[in-house]
Amino acid sequence: MLDNVLSFTTFIPAVAAIILALFLRGEDAAAQRNAKWVALAATTLTFLVSLFILFDFDPSNTGFQFVEERDWLLGLKYKMGVDGISVLFVMLTTFIMPLTIAASWNVTDRVKEYMIAFLILETLMLGVFMALDLVLFYLFFEAGLIPMFLIIGIWGGKERIYASFKFFLYTFLGSVLMLVAMVAMFAEAGTTDIPALMTHQFGSESFSILGIHVVGGMQTLMFIAFFASFAVKMPMWPVHTWLPDAHVQAPTAGSVVLAAILLKMGGYGFLRFSLPMFPVGSEVMTPLVLWMSAIAIVYTSLVALAQEDMKKLIAYSSVAHMGYVTMGIFAANQQGIDGAIFQMLSHGFISGALFLCVGVIYDRMHTRDIDAYGGLVNRMPAYALIFMLFTMANVGLPGTSGFVGEFLTLVGIFQVNTWVAAVATSGVILSAAYALWLYRRVVMGDLIKESLRSITDMSGRERAIFAPLIVMTLLLGVYPALVTDIIGPSVEALITNYDTARAEAHAISQVAETSH
Amino acid sequence: MQADLNIILPEIVIAVYAMAALLFAAYSGKDKLASMLTWLTAGLLVAMALWIGSSGDGARTAFGGMFNDDGFARFAKVTILLSAAAVLVMGKDYMARRGILRFEYPILIALASVGMMMMVSAGDLMALYMGLELQSLSLYVVASLRRDSAKSTEAGLKYFVLGALSSGLLLYGASLVYGYTGTTLFSGIIASADGHAPIGLLLGLVFVLSGLAFKVSAVPFHMWTPDVYEGAPTPITAFFATAPKMAAMGLFARVVHDAFGGVVSDWQQVLAVLSLLSMFLGAVAAIGQTDIKRLMAYSSIAHMGYALMGLAAGTAFGVQSMLIYMAIYVTMNVGTFAFILSMERDGQPVTDIASLNLYSKANPGRAMAMLILLFSLAGVPPLLGFFGKFYVLRAAYDGGLAWLAVAGVIASVIGAFYYLRIVFYMYFGEEREPLEKNNSPVLWGFLMASAAIMLLGIANMFGVESIAQAAAATLVN
Repeated sequence: MLDNVLSFTTFIPAVAAIILALFLRGEDAAAQRNAKWVALAATTLTFLVSLFILFDFDPSNTGFQFVEERDWLLGLKYKMGVDGISVLFVMLTTFIMPLTIAASWNVTDRVKEYMIAFLILETLMLGVFMALDLVLFYLFFEAGLIPMFLIIGIWGGKERIYASFKFFLYTFLGSVLMLVAMVAMFAEAGTTDIPALMTHQFGSESFSILGIHVVGGMQTLMFIAFFASFAVKMPMWPVHTWLPDAHVQAPTAGSVVLAAILLKMGGYGFLRFSLPMFPVGSEVMTPLVLWMSAIAIVYTSLVALAQEDMKKLIAYSSVAHMGYVTMGIFAANQQGIDGAIFQMLSHGFISGALFLCVGVIYDRMHTRDIDAYGGLVNRMPAYALIFMLFTMANVGLPGTSGFVGEFLTLVGIFQVNTWVAAVATSGVILSAAYALWLYRRVVMGDLIKESLRSITDMSGRERAIFAPLIVMTLLLGVYPALVTDIIGPSVEALITNYDTARAEAHAISQVAETSH
Repeated sequence: MQADLNIILPEIVIAVYAMAALLFAAYSGKDKLASMLTWLTAGLLVAMALWIGSSGDGARTAFGGMFNDDGFARFAKVTILLSAAAVLVMGKDYMARRGILRFEYPILIALASVGMMMMVSAGDLMALYMGLELQSLSLYVVASLRRDSAKSTEAGLKYFVLGALSSGLLLYGASLVYGYTGTTLFSGIIASADGHAPIGLLLGLVFVLSGLAFKVSAVPFHMWTPDVYEGAPTPITAFFATAPKMAAMGLFARVVHDAFGGVVSDWQQVLAVLSLLSMFLGAVAAIGQTDIKRLMAYSSIAHMGYALMGLAAGTAFGVQSMLIYMAIYVTMNVGTFAFILSMERDGQPVTDIASLNLYSKANPGRAMAMLILLFSLAGVPPLLGFFGKFYVLRAAYDGGLAWLAVAGVIASVIGAFYYLRIVFYMYFGEEREPLEKNNSPVLWGFLMASAAIMLLGIANMFGVESIAQAAAATLVN
C-alpha cells in the first residue's frame, strides 16, 4: 500500500464524496446526520493514512519520496511525490479537515452538498501539495476554486454573491497567466516534470520587448506570471482585497480552510516553482517582493486596527502574517525559509483557531460586530481562556508557535535587508495592538449587553475541536525542532541550488559580455 | 469510376436514403412518419459514423483529387455524424410536442450531413462550394421550420440573406484564386503558391477566408449568430451549435493547409486576428444576455475563437489541437443543449436564465451535471474543457503567437463570468416560480453522459488524442 500512499491519501475524500453523491438520498435529519458522519469518517481516515507518510518520511533525503508516476495526455505525467517542503503541508491539510467538518455540525441547509464540496476540496488541496507535474499542479490548484466558489456562494453570509464572484475571478485571472508561463516552460524545456524543471536553466539573457528592457529575460517574465498567481493566492498587498470579502462572507468552516490551507498554496508555490526554477528572475524581483511584504505587514496591521467586524480583522491580520512568509522566502537563507514554512504551518493552526473562535460566538449571537460583544469572560470562562491563548499566539508570544515563525523570518531578513527588517518588526507591535484590543473589546469588561446575559459557554464538541489546535500551537512553540528537523535538509538543498544556479547564470552572462 | 464511387459510398448512401425517404414520406404518411424517420435517420448517421470510423487508415482521393478520404476527413465526419444523430434524437420529443416535427426535418438534417461530409473532404474549390451550399440551404430551411413563428422565420431569413452574402464573398475569392493559379484543385493551388503568393491570389485568399469565417461565426462575421440561435427552435439551435461548426472548422483547416499550406505566414495573421476578436467579443457580449440561447450563441463565438487560435499556429500540432478542441466543444454543447431542451414551465419552453433560480434544490442531479458542463465550457480544470484550451494555448505558443495565448487566457477569465452567472442562478438564487420537472430519459441521458465525459475524459481523453494526431498528420506535411 505504501507504494501508492499519496494517491490513496489524496483520493479517499473524493471517493467519499462520490459515495455521498450517488447513494445518499433525501434531506431529512437522518440523511443529514449520515452525511456528516461519512464526511467526518473520511477526513479522519485520510488523516490516519497520511500519518504513514509522516512516519515513513526520511528527512535526510532531500529528493522526492513516495514517488508515483504514470503516463498521461500530451506527454504530461501523473506524478506525485513529497519532499521536506511539502510533506508538512500535506499533514496540515489532513489535520485541519476533520476539525472543519466537526465545526460544521450545525449546518442545516443542503448538508449533503456541503460535505461533498469540502471533501472534494480536500482532495484538490492535497493534490496541490503532492503534484510533481506542472499541469497536474495547475489542475489541482485551479480546480480548488470550484468548491470554494460554491461554499462561499451557497452557505455564505449576506454579501456572499459579490464575495464569491470576486474570489473566483480574482484568483482565476491570477492563475491563467501562470498557465501561459507553464505552456512556455513546457515548450522551452520539453517536459512538465517538476524535478526536471528544477534543474533546467531557463534563459536569463536580458532583452527588450515593446521598448521595455527586461533584466533577467525569460526568467523574469515567467517569474512575474507565476507571481501574479501566487501573490493573489497568498495574498500579498496590494492584491489582497478579495480575501477580507471572501473571509467575511464564507461560512466558518470555509474561512478556516481558506486561512489555514488555501493561503499556504501561494507560499508553497514560491518555494516549489519561483525560487528553484527562476533563480535569476527571483533575484531581480526580490527587492520588490521584500518591500511589498514589509508594506503588507505594516499597512494591513493598521487597517486591522480600524475594523468593526471580527472576521475582517482576522482576515487582515492573516494578510500581515503572510507578509512575514513572503519576506522569509525571499530572504532566501536558511532562517528565512525555515521561518516562512514554520510561519505558514503555525498560521494554519492559529488563524484556523481564531476563525473557529469567531464561529463559536457567531453561532450563538449571529453577528460578528465587535460592538455587539463585551464582557464575555463573565459567562464564558473556557472560551475566554482559549481565545486568549490564540490571541497571544497570533501576536507572537514566546512559547507559542507564532513566535518562532516571526522570529526566524525576521532573523533571516535582517541578514539580507536591514531596512525591510526594521519596518517589518514594527508590525509585531501593531499586531499586538489590534489583537489585544480586539480581545479587550470582546471578552473583557463587565457584561452590560442585555442580549449576552444568557449566552452559554462552549459545548463539549466545541472544546474537542480546539484541543488538537491548542496542543499543536503550544507544542511547536516550545519544540520547533519537530518541524525544522523535517524541513531543514530540503530547505538547505533548495538554497544551495538557488545559489549555484544564480552563480552559474552570472558566470555565463559575464562570459557573454567579455566575448562581445 | 467504380473506385471513385467506392470512396464516396457513405455520402451516396445518405443522399440516396434522403431522397428515397422524401419520396416515400411525401406520397404516403407525411408527418405521421416523422417520428419513425427521425429514429431511422439517426440510426443511419450513427451507422455511417461507425463505418467511416472503422474503415482503416490511409488516404485516398476520388474524382481526380476533388474528394479526399483521409484521416482528417474521417475524424471530422465521425464527429459530425455522431453529433447530428445525438441532436436529432434529443430534439424529437420537443419538436413533437410543439407540433413541428415534420418529416422534412430529419431528411434535411441528413442532407445537411452529406453537405458537411463533402465540406471536410473537399479537395477542390468547386467541391468545397457544393458541400457548403448543400449544407447551408438545408440549414436555412430548418432554421425557419416553425413557419407560424415570426422569430423563427426571421432567423431563417437573416441566416439566408447573410449566408448568401458570405457565399458571394467566397465565390468571388474562389474566382480570384482560380484566375491567378489557373486551377481550382487544392493540389494545384498549393503548387503554384509555394512560399510566395501574388497579391491577387492573396486577395482571393482573404475573400475565401471571409466566407469561411462567416460559417464558423468568427468576429467580425458573427452578426447572424445570436439572432439565429435565439429565433430557431431549440433543437435546431442545438444542431447549429454542434455539427456545422465542426464541418466549417474542418473546411477551414482544409483550405488553409491543403490549398494555402505554402503561404502560412500570409494567413496566420488573419486567423490570429479573427481568433482574438472572437474570443473577446464572445466573452464580453455574453455578459449582458438574459436568454440562455443567445448566451450560448456568444459562447460559441468565443469557442470558435479558441479553435481558430489552434489553427492559426499553422502547424500539424495546431490542427490536432483544433480537432481536439472541436470534439470537446461539440460534446459539451450536446450536453448543454440537452439541459436547455429540458427547461420548461406549463409545457412551454423557457429560455430565460433567471428562471433557473434555485434549480439545484429541485433537481440536484441535473444541476450538478450542468455545473460540470458550465465549468468545462469556462475552461476551469480539472474538466475536459480545460484540456481543450491547454492544447490550443500550447499550439499558439509553439507557432510563435505567445501574445495570442496571453489574450486568450484573459478572455477566458472574462468569459468565466457569464458561465458563473448561470451557476449563481442555479445554486445561490432565491426560490421563485420553479421550472417543471422534465422526466425525459433521453435528455437526462445525454446531459449525464456529456458531463461524465467531461469528468472522466481527463484520464486519457478516450484515446481521441492519438486519433487526432494521426488525422492532423494527414493534412499537414
